[in-house]
Amino acid sequence: MANPDVTFVAKSFMEHLPVYQVLIPFVSAPICVLFGNRKFAWYLTFLACFISFIISILLLNQVAEFGTISYALGGWPPPIGIEYRIDFLNAFLLVLVSGMALLTSVYLKGTIDLEVEKSNQTLFLTCLLLCVSGLLGVLITGDAFNLFVFLEISSLSTYVLVAQGANKDRRALTAAFDYLIMGTIGATFFVIGLGFLYAATGTLNMSDIAERIQGDLPDRTIQVAFAFILVGLGLKGALFPLHTWLPKAYSFSPTPAAVFLASTATKVAIYAIVRFLFSVFFSHPTMLETVLVNVVMPLGILAMFVAGGIAFYQRDLKRMLAFSSVSQIGYILVGLSFMSSKGLTAAIIHLFNHGITKGLLFMCAGVIFLRYKASFYKEISGLGRIMPWTSAAFLIGGLSLIGIPGTAGFISKWILVQAALEQGSWLIALAILLSSLIAVLYVWQVTEIMYFGDSSKKGSDIPIGSFSYFTIWVLAGATIFFGLSTSFTLEYSSEAARVLINEFILTD
Amino acid sequence: MVLILLTYAATLVPLLGFGLNYLFSPNPNLRDVSTLIVACITFSLVVLITFYNGSNSTELPALFTVMDGLDIRFHLEPLGLVFALIASGLWILTHIYGVGYMRANSEKNQTRFFAFFCLAIFATLGIAFSANLFSLFIFYEMLTLSTFPLVAHKGTGDAIRGSRVYLGILISTSVVFFLSGIIWVFTTVGTLDFRLGGIIHSYFGDFSTVLLLMLFAFGVGKAALFPFHSWLPSAMVAPTPVSALLHAVAVVKAGVFSILKIGVYIFGIDHLASTEASNWLIWLAAFTILFASIIAISKDNLKARLAYSTVSQLSYIILGLALATAIGALGAALHIVMHAFGKITLFMTAGSIYVATKKVEISDMVGLGRIMPLTFFAFFVGSLSIIGIPLLGGAWSKWYLLEGAVDADLLLIIVVLLISSLMNVYYLLSIVGRGFFLNSKGVDVKSKVVIKEAPILCLIPPIVTATGSVLLFFFAGRIINYLSPVFNYTGV
Repeated sequence: MANPDVTFVAKSFMEHLPVYQVLIPFVSAPICVLFGNRKFAWYLTFLACFISFIISILLLNQVAEFGTISYALGGWPPPIGIEYRIDFLNAFLLVLVSGMALLTSVYLKGTIDLEVEKSNQTLFLTCLLLCVSGLLGVLITGDAFNLFVFLEISSLSTYVLVAQGANKDRRALTAAFDYLIMGTIGATFFVIGLGFLYAATGTLNMSDIAERIQGDLPDRTIQVAFAFILVGLGLKGALFPLHTWLPKAYSFSPTPAAVFLASTATKVAIYAIVRFLFSVFFSHPTMLETVLVNVVMPLGILAMFVAGGIAFYQRDLKRMLAFSSVSQIGYILVGLSFMSSKGLTAAIIHLFNHGITKGLLFMCAGVIFLRYKASFYKEISGLGRIMPWTSAAFLIGGLSLIGIPGTAGFISKWILVQAALEQGSWLIALAILLSSLIAVLYVWQVTEIMYFGDSSKKGSDIPIGSFSYFTIWVLAGATIFFGLSTSFTLEYSSEAARVLINEFILTD
Repeated sequence: MVLILLTYAATLVPLLGFGLNYLFSPNPNLRDVSTLIVACITFSLVVLITFYNGSNSTELPALFTVMDGLDIRFHLEPLGLVFALIASGLWILTHIYGVGYMRANSEKNQTRFFAFFCLAIFATLGIAFSANLFSLFIFYEMLTLSTFPLVAHKGTGDAIRGSRVYLGILISTSVVFFLSGIIWVFTTVGTLDFRLGGIIHSYFGDFSTVLLLMLFAFGVGKAALFPFHSWLPSAMVAPTPVSALLHAVAVVKAGVFSILKIGVYIFGIDHLASTEASNWLIWLAAFTILFASIIAISKDNLKARLAYSTVSQLSYIILGLALATAIGALGAALHIVMHAFGKITLFMTAGSIYVATKKVEISDMVGLGRIMPLTFFAFFVGSLSIIGIPLLGGAWSKWYLLEGAVDADLLLIIVVLLISSLMNVYYLLSIVGRGFFLNSKGVDVKSKVVIKEAPILCLIPPIVTATGSVLLFFFAGRIINYLSPVFNYTGV
């Protein structure tokens, strides 16, 4: 006997899920500031992230049941109003981003007092919420300009988050400034590209643009727009060699910020690239192919090796992880550049798998950093005996980076190599496998120091909240779980790839 | 149903041992006894499985499915069961020996040592029972990782360097060659299941079969085929019990077992024979045999000499498969058993010598045979088995390998095997000869020799395995009968 009012509310809630997904963290942010109480701010942040996570799962369910959702914001139908458009690809990634936001919000409960001054904590959480809503917005929107707006919301709040690291290390300020400059250049490039597209088509709705550029529009304009958009988003996504801002930003920002950014921010920018490639520019297959095969693939392979090599020569845990991220993005690029359903599946599943793996590693690195006041290798020697659990979790993450079977990273690698073989690209398959040897090198270096080094330093006894350890083990469990059971990740990523490729093939 | 339960129990019990070690780590006696019980239970479970299963091939339901066509699944078949029997059986002896050795040398971190030993056995049993290449690969990597702490046990610069080479070579070969071979089979055939007669024959032509065989032969780095053999001597920095079990039985045998299993169940011996894909492997294995024997002769460090001898002996097994005849492959399978017993005896005695006298160089062992007669006698028996003298198990496997070479019309290989045996005689029996018949300078021949053997826990196990080598000579027929369905071998 459901109360009619309750069913009505529930029904309308379900109908408007797409907008709640962004709105809830977005509105929570100013409320945090208004109340100004750091305890309240944390509860609100947690609640907002929790609700977002639930919504993202509901959305994924809806997409799985009814197919692509098109939601007209404010009731204005597209192309006039802003459209939120959710298919498998972004529904899947919404779960990743909101899930990581939720875990980060729990994790930071244990560490924030050590990193951010009490007076700044509310603002820190506000920026985190803004960043979350920005990233969720980028994922969910079907409007190119709206995407730009959300991208800027997330970027601007990220600059602040990174700069908060200045409490521990003043270099965070230059890191944030670097990121600000590079990020702004990226945003500018992106918006110039959009300008060209708007000039050519007169619309900003992505599916509308896609429809209109199929006609006999001047090719040159489209090409220029494409180039600007790719470079702009490439900067945000730290595509090699546009990655120079990333290592600093990740290693100097406060731990929770590093965790959240490393596991989601670049992933979302890459999502935007995929979206533009396969949902907007898909009607120009020769252009895409030229760029993907001649530019993106070589850069991806270069990233795997060069950034991996640089990671090996780092002597600081966080910087090593940051460079490893750049190298792992290389895998995603290579997957994209196959332009096949398998390749895309590999790219999408690696977005997810690498997201949780890197989140785990940065969480561990953060705890270690706080306890030792530094994360240089020489400081953490013998850590395996002092912090056995955290070291073990770090090892799990490291094995996943290498791609040892039984971890999430193995699944991505397996599918990626399969995709390469499907194309007959023997050399690329070999390159992928060889590059995982570099991962062996940089992961093993740390493992050896942790487990076989002398433990001269005991580290401080700074109490780190059990919340942080809890999330570390949630992610460690997830890394293993998704390495053994792929029914969730593989199903949705291959479904997402199928939807994207279908559009592509129909016009080819 | 009984089989399913038994198999899962047999694999999980060593895992339990891993936990028990840490649980009981404050009380070393309790810890070591409980591990011994775990080892005995594991062995009896494997015996029960063998008894119930007989020579059949039994598929077990998938433990879980990672993605379509990729299951973690076990199956029971004679080859794997024989391997499991050896590994779990010799684990009991090595554990006893290990307790004696580690305590006599008062090594640090003993809990970690015995715990990871359990984990390594778990991985080994996983390899033995794997029903497809995917499961095999997972356990193969697990074995590499779980033995790393054992090799690096001492934590000194040497140990770290040695274990780096160990891990580096094993991981690189497996990730680059082994994994790409597996993915190639999967994309081409669509399944990775081990099936009698092979699965690839209708998909792979002459040339691609050769290429695939290369990926597997080099990819399974644990088989120590030239030029990827150098991890084995490097791993000798490990404490001797590790060398004994892991480098005479579990790790290296996991390597050759994998190759044999892949040869029989993925390629199919008939397919190998008809495509002549393994011809190159015959010569490479023959080269490895001679090359490693020559290096073994030049080594004065006892463990290093035994390590190179192992490299050489492993190639016997690869050679047996590469001959692509039923009888050769049977000889290879038999050699896994025989060599395990012989070599573990040699390693354990080498460790006993170290425990009792701290001597590692062969040139220092002059006259030691009179001080440690039982140890040296066990060493003597083990050597004879490795050489292949009748009345010892090693004779049978060499016999079948020779017969296989005759079947394949490769007279040159027979010559290689004979030369290698002569070299075995030289580099193994010279140690025994020095021990018993030479005197160190300055010691009066007639003076009374005080017998000083290693502690009892280090003495009994090598004697048992040496006795085992003798018994195997008489019971080899049973093993051959048990294994023959795998190779379609009909006549003794």
